[in-house]
Amino acid sequence: MNVSLILRRLLQLILIVAGVSVVVFFMLRMIPGDPAQLLLGELASPDELASLRDQLGLNRPLPVQYWIFVKNMLMGDFGNSVRTGTPVIQEIIPRFIATIELSAVGMLIATVFGILAGVLSAVYKNSIIDYTAMLSALVGVSIPVFWLGLMLIYLFAVHFHLLPMMGRMDLALDIKPITGFVLVDSLIHMDFSAFRDGLSHLIMPAFTLSTIPMAIIARITRSSMLEVLNQDYIRTARAKGMEERVVIFRHALGNAFLPIVTVLGINMGLLLGGAVLTETIFSWPGLGRFVVDSLMGRDYNAVQACILIFAVLMAFINLTVDLIYAFLDPRIRVNED
Amino acid sequence: MNKWDIFKDLLKNKNAILGMAIVCFIILIAMLGSMIAPYDPFLPFPLDRLQPPSFAHWFGTDSLGRDILTRVIYGSRISLMIGLVSVTISLVPGTILGLLAGYFGKTIDAVIMRIMDVVLAFPAILMAIFIAAILGPSLINTMIAVGIIYIPHYARIVRSSVLQLKEQLFVKSVRHMGGSHFRIIFNHILPNALAPIIVYATLGMGTAVLQAAALGFLGLGAQPPQPEWGAMLSEGRQYLQLAPHVAAFPGLAILFLVLGFNVFGDGVRDVLDPSLRI
Repeated sequence: MNVSLILRRLLQLILIVAGVSVVVFFMLRMIPGDPAQLLLGELASPDELASLRDQLGLNRPLPVQYWIFVKNMLMGDFGNSVRTGTPVIQEIIPRFIATIELSAVGMLIATVFGILAGVLSAVYKNSIIDYTAMLSALVGVSIPVFWLGLMLIYLFAVHFHLLPMMGRMDLALDIKPITGFVLVDSLIHMDFSAFRDGLSHLIMPAFTLSTIPMAIIARITRSSMLEVLNQDYIRTARAKGMEERVVIFRHALGNAFLPIVTVLGINMGLLLGGAVLTETIFSWPGLGRFVVDSLMGRDYNAVQACILIFAVLMAFINLTVDLIYAFLDPRIRVNED
Repeated sequence: MNKWDIFKDLLKNKNAILGMAIVCFIILIAMLGSMIAPYDPFLPFPLDRLQPPSFAHWFGTDSLGRDILTRVIYGSRISLMIGLVSVTISLVPGTILGLLAGYFGKTIDAVIMRIMDVVLAFPAILMAIFIAAILGPSLINTMIAVGIIYIPHYARIVRSSVLQLKEQLFVKSVRHMGGSHFRIIFNHILPNALAPIIVYATLGMGTAVLQAAALGFLGLGAQPPQPEWGAMLSEGRQYLQLAPHVAAFPGLAILFLVLGFNVFGDGVRDVLDPSLRI
C-alpha cells in the first residue's frame, strides 16, 4: 500500500475538516435569531438574556469564540447542548449509531440489488429484463425520497398494517444496549422478538434511503459489465467451457468492480445526505434529524459537532475509496488531479 | 460538430426525444396554466376540504378545499423556474471558478479547489438547509441555496476540461501570438469545454428541482399559500391517513418533471459527450 498516498490524503482531510469548522462556525452565527431568546422565550427580561448570553459565551468576540471552540474540540469537548444542557457528545453518540445502522442496511440493500440488477441487465441486454431494470433505475434517481417514504408509510403501515409507521423500536420492548445497534444487541441478548421488531422498523426507511444509490449502482454495473463482457478473456473463458455463472460473477464482475467501488464511495455521501430527509419522515432518532432540529433551535454546539462528524466521515469514506481503488488496480498510483 | 448537427443527433436519440417531450409538456402546462386550470389555486372552499379524486376534482382537494390539480398546474411554473434559476446560479460562478483554477493553476487553483472541497464535504441537502436557514424561508432563497451547493460540481468539471484543453496546440498557438488570458479563456477554451457543462446542467435541472422540493418539504422553501410541490407534499403529510391523495399528486408531479429532465439529460450526454455515459 502506498504510504505517501495515505499521508497526503490524511493531510487533505485535516485541511478540509479545518475549513469545514470555520465555515460551520461563522455560518451558524449568521442565522437570524438569538439562542438566548429562543431558550428563555419572549417574556425573558434583558438582564436574564444578558446573563444567559454571558453564560453561553455569546458575548465574546467571534474569533475568541472560534478559538475556544477549536481548543475544546481538539480535546473532544463539543460543549453542552443549548436546548438540553447535556454534553453534545452524549446526545450525538446514540443518534450517530442509529444513523450508521440505517445507512449500513440501506447500503447493503442498494449494493446487493443494484449489482444484481446491473449484472442481469448487462447479461440480458435489450431484453425485457434490461428495460425493466433500467427504467426502474431511472425512476429511482428521479424519485423524491420524502415522497417515496410517505407513500410506503401509507401503503404498508396505514393501509395494510404490515410494518410500523415510525421510530426505531416498539417502546414496550426494552433491550439493554451493548453496542447501540438494535439488531446486533437483540441478537446478543438472543431476543428474537426484539430483533424482528427492530428489523420491521428498519425495512421501510432503509429501502427509502437505498433507492437513489441502488439506481446509480445498477446503471454503473450495467455499463461496466457490458464493457468487460466484450473483452477477449471472457470469450476465452467461455471457449474453455467454463460455467456461465463463473464467467459472469468471477471473471466479468471481478474486473468490472473498479468503477462500482468508486460509485459505492460516492453513494455513502449520498446516503448520509439522504438520511436527513429519511429520518425526518420516519421519525428515526438519528443524526440527520437531530441536526435539522438543532439548526432550527439555534443549538450552535450541537450543529457544529454534527456537521464536523458528517464531514470527517465523508472525508474518511473518500480516503477509503481511494485506497481500495489503488488496492484493486495496482496500475493506479497517486493521481493528484 | 455544428449546432444543426447536434440538433439532428438529438432528434435521432430516443432518450432526448422522450425527455424533451415530457419537459415540453410541462412547459406547455405551465404557460397555459391560467387557461387550463379548472379552479383558482388560492381560493379556499372549506366545505370541499379533503375530497378524494372525482370528476369535479381530478386530483381531489386539499385541507382548505382547494383543487389539487389546479395547484399542481400552477406549481409547475415554480418548479421550472427553480430548475432554471438554480442551475444558472451554480453554472455561472462554477464555470468561471473552474476556468480560473484550471487555466492559471498553482496558488489560484489550490485556493479555489480547496474551498470547493470544503463545500463538497457537506452533504448537499445539509448545506442547502444551512443556507436557507441563514437567508430565511422563501422561494428566491431556495433557488439561491440550491444554486450555491452545486457551484463546486461545475468548477470541478470545467477545471478538468481546461487542464486538458490548455495543453492543446491551438491554445498554445494563440498564446504565442500574444493573445490575452481573457481572450484565450473565453474565446478559445470555454467554447471547447461547453459539452460537459451542458450535459451536467441538463441533468442538474432535475437535481435542483428535487433539492428545492426537499427544502419546501422541510418548511424552508416557498411559503404558503404558494403552490410549490414540495410544500404541498409537506401539507399532505399531515393528512396521510385520511387523504393520501393530498401528498400523492404533488409527489408524482415532481417525479414526472425530474424524470423528464433526467431522460433528456441522458440523451444530451449521449450526443454531446458519450464518454460520460454510465
